[in-house]
Amino acid sequence: MTNHWNDLQHTDCALIIGANPAENHPISFRWLTKAKENGGKIVSVDPRFTRTSSQADVYAALRSGTDIPFVGGMINYAIENNLIHKEYVAKYTNAAFIVKEGYDFKDGLFSGYDEAKRAYDKTKWGIETTEDGKPVKDETLEHPRSVFQLMKKHYSRYDVKTVTTVTGTPEEDYLKVCKTFCETGKVGKAGTILYAMGTTQHTVGSQNVRIYAILQLLLGNIGLPGGGINAMRGESNVQGSTDFGLLFDNLTGYLGAPKASVPEHATLKGYLEKETPKTGYWSNKPKFVVSLLKSWYGANATKDNEFGYQFLPKGNKNYSHMNLFNAMSKGELDGAFLFGTNPIVGGPNAGKEKEALGNLKWMVAIDLWETETSAFWQKEAGSDPSKINTEVFLLPASSSFEKEGSISNSSRWMQYRWKAIDSRGEARPDLDIIHEFALKLKKLYANSPKSADKPFLALDWNYGNGEEPDIDLVAKEINGYDLKTGKLIANFGALLDDGTTSCGNWIYSGFYPEEGKNKSKNRDNKDTGGEHYLNWSYAWPMNRRILYNRASADASGQPWSKEKAVIWWDAAQKKWVGKDVPDFKAVTAPTEPGGTGAFMMNKDGVALLFAPTLNDGPFPEHYEPYESPIPNAFSAQEMNPATVIFEENFNKRGFKVDYPIVATTYRVSEHWQSGTMTRNQEWLSELAGHMFIEMSEELAKEIGIKNKDKVIVSSARGEIKAYAMVTKRYKPFTVRGKKVHQIGMPWHFGFKGFATGDTANRLTPHIGDANTMIPEYKAFLCNVRRAD
Amino acid sequence: MVEMNLNRRQFLKLSGATAATLAVVELGFNEKKAYAKTKEFKIAKATVTPTICCYCGVGCGILVHTKNNTVVYTEGDPDSPINEGKLCSKGTTLRQLYTSEKRLTKPLYRAPGSNKWEEKDWEWMLDTIAKRTKETRDNSFVEVENGVTVNKTEKIASLGGAALDNEETYLLSKLMRGLGITYLEHQARI
Repeated sequence: MTNHWNDLQHTDCALIIGANPAENHPISFRWLTKAKENGGKIVSVDPRFTRTSSQADVYAALRSGTDIPFVGGMINYAIENNLIHKEYVAKYTNAAFIVKEGYDFKDGLFSGYDEAKRAYDKTKWGIETTEDGKPVKDETLEHPRSVFQLMKKHYSRYDVKTVTTVTGTPEEDYLKVCKTFCETGKVGKAGTILYAMGTTQHTVGSQNVRIYAILQLLLGNIGLPGGGINAMRGESNVQGSTDFGLLFDNLTGYLGAPKASVPEHATLKGYLEKETPKTGYWSNKPKFVVSLLKSWYGANATKDNEFGYQFLPKGNKNYSHMNLFNAMSKGELDGAFLFGTNPIVGGPNAGKEKEALGNLKWMVAIDLWETETSAFWQKEAGSDPSKINTEVFLLPASSSFEKEGSISNSSRWMQYRWKAIDSRGEARPDLDIIHEFALKLKKLYANSPKSADKPFLALDWNYGNGEEPDIDLVAKEINGYDLKTGKLIANFGALLDDGTTSCGNWIYSGFYPEEGKNKSKNRDNKDTGGEHYLNWSYAWPMNRRILYNRASADASGQPWSKEKAVIWWDAAQKKWVGKDVPDFKAVTAPTEPGGTGAFMMNKDGVALLFAPTLNDGPFPEHYEPYESPIPNAFSAQEMNPATVIFEENFNKRGFKVDYPIVATTYRVSEHWQSGTMTRNQEWLSELAGHMFIEMSEELAKEIGIKNKDKVIVSSARGEIKAYAMVTKRYKPFTVRGKKVHQIGMPWHFGFKGFATGDTANRLTPHIGDANTMIPEYKAFLCNVRRAD
Repeated sequence: MVEMNLNRRQFLKLSGATAATLAVVELGFNEKKAYAKTKEFKIAKATVTPTICCYCGVGCGILVHTKNNTVVYTEGDPDSPINEGKLCSKGTTLRQLYTSEKRLTKPLYRAPGSNKWEEKDWEWMLDTIAKRTKETRDNSFVEVENGVTVNKTEKIASLGGAALDNEETYLLSKLMRGLGITYLEHQARI
């Protein structure tokens, strides 16, 4: 989230799309309700009339997988009706930049497409620069090759008629959404967009988020209280675990992992030169990388050995979830660790993922429960145990209040949890397990002369002398030290690239600036102004609560409006002051070079309406899902042309002739993710005890199904049984003149726990977004029939 | 343990019987209030520890009441500016994470081809896992690929971690990369 939960109360309009916070982030809704009491409006856009929709001022239905037409049409509406915040757009985005000759867009394809590789040559999407490398601009936004004019032309195709025939939204509802939300383009108003996995889990997931951000920038809504682009995280620390690099392509703090496939990455010098922009805040990247290497390799990281850079693994491909299971299904993996995760319920095409586990020689699961995944070899799972040779180690883990440590919520607030009680039975905290495991390996490898063992032996591992690690030492390592004095570093501004500082995760640096001052433990809940609660916990980076808050002020440094003031330039004090920590260099005057660069992480200091960095195009463009009931109305390209397609045996594809119904997955309030945490509890199991699918009265009538009937849902990947829940919450869509039905189902169920049921993800496909490889759970095709 | 802003209600709870006596005097004979008070007796003398909910990304504060080595009650933390004492259905039932009969309490091992779990001690489990890890790593470790130092193994995967604490994710990321593991993934995508 650019903003935070409490800040939602300041919004004039919340557009909730691809999310259902009333059920999945229930307490967030207190602040949306408060916004309504303050006169704000709520707009809910969802294929299903959810509990969030029931609290909305405006509801509009859209067919799953049509966010880009929906929001593209809003962009067109805002431009056509002159509702954009033009000064903000000209100053704080790249709207004024001139795109080089060579950029083109024809029939769904941008210039530079290579069909055989299913990839683009992104150099075809360049920006004109002056001799000194600065972008050429036209702040009148009139130049025909300015980003603004190209964007205007691109989305002129997204007129209300075309959009609504694709999304299936009634035109009247659609116009209501456009009008209500685009009101926030006025100075003094702010709108927020709230989204979750309904947005991201598509073959165009990244571009879905991009198009929301573009709309927000055009309306001048980023950086303001009650504004922003806000991803609602579904797991208590999926924010933190992403920040800390538990993904193949990021070390910590979004520093890219070195790759064998990039020749420059062969050396630290080459890596830093290639990956460090000359301008913008990322120009400090070498300081963060070298400081991280010092935290990981300690005294073994020296100037002479590239600070241990060569110890890091260098991959040569994409190692994300679906590729991982594809490799496992081919027998390419021998061992796996699973820390509190249950992929044979939560993973896509889950039946295939279950089969793949049997190819492992060994598997270690660390969990509070016996999950479906750790029990994949059992008869209950449909397996023949005698034929599965995987050795399985299941380690009991402590629950969140049986240990201490911090987690980071969606608002980036790092909050501390204290230990309330000793662990149940022999369960142990994950920290202890990881630590003891590391010590055992260190022992096994001790004194090895082999060069292959050097990287592991060089890993600095000093967290006290006991079997239990000293968590305070871990926390301090994350914050970082001045290695010359041995003192904790004040914040990332003090990091250096010469090996004299260390820092385990630069974006968090500053949370523990002095001995005894771990700010994630801060519990002063007095409002410090603007409901930002600066002394409650610690928000990365630098305790900033609204990101890009420089954009809440105009180019001269004065707030666009009194109502939405956050920070402003105080000429007398010669610094930025206000209610929040400036997300900007506090002493840089608006008139100085870079003084208007509100988006300082980007090399030119502006936000990117035109983003030549994405794999599937500089502007979001609509493509149909992998499995779609209808041909693409916008171009001859049916699906995202840059998406990776797995071979048929790993991912069967269904077509509308066999599978005419659109399906999506969702969650209910009483269960959480794959259900292991909640289906193993009595009360929650009783509250929501059965697997069901939700369908419209119209579809039920067509196929002769009554409420509570047992049905079979099938897709090209498999079949599941479930109860039918027939409701008015789904309505058939009229899409390009044809009736299209959609159903929805929770993905919480499996065969373990008190509440059991068939797993929805046995139906979902192994296909992902062209940038992130997030699976397309939220739009696929299926069929439904009676079970008996 | 931790500094908390104690309001009157919490003070009553924390200070137990003495405060309860005072409270009864203060409350007079209002039946409803007296009923509320008897409910509080269950948690009198309990230790109260603040935590953050383990489910979604809102980050609600929860108070965990423990007594006689068990969790007797959990409630929303009124001091948290995020939830101000309110909780959803999942947050409300946090106690059952501790009390559920389904909790794993011992390390379990399943041998190749076996149809059952066997209880094992921690020492044996961690020793064996370390041996397996070393064996697989050593058999698959690639130091150089096309002339570039790569120091990796592509035979071991590490998945999950989105419910771990920051300190745990940090050590996990450090350890797995330290071993040369490239198949590193958590639940951001699923």
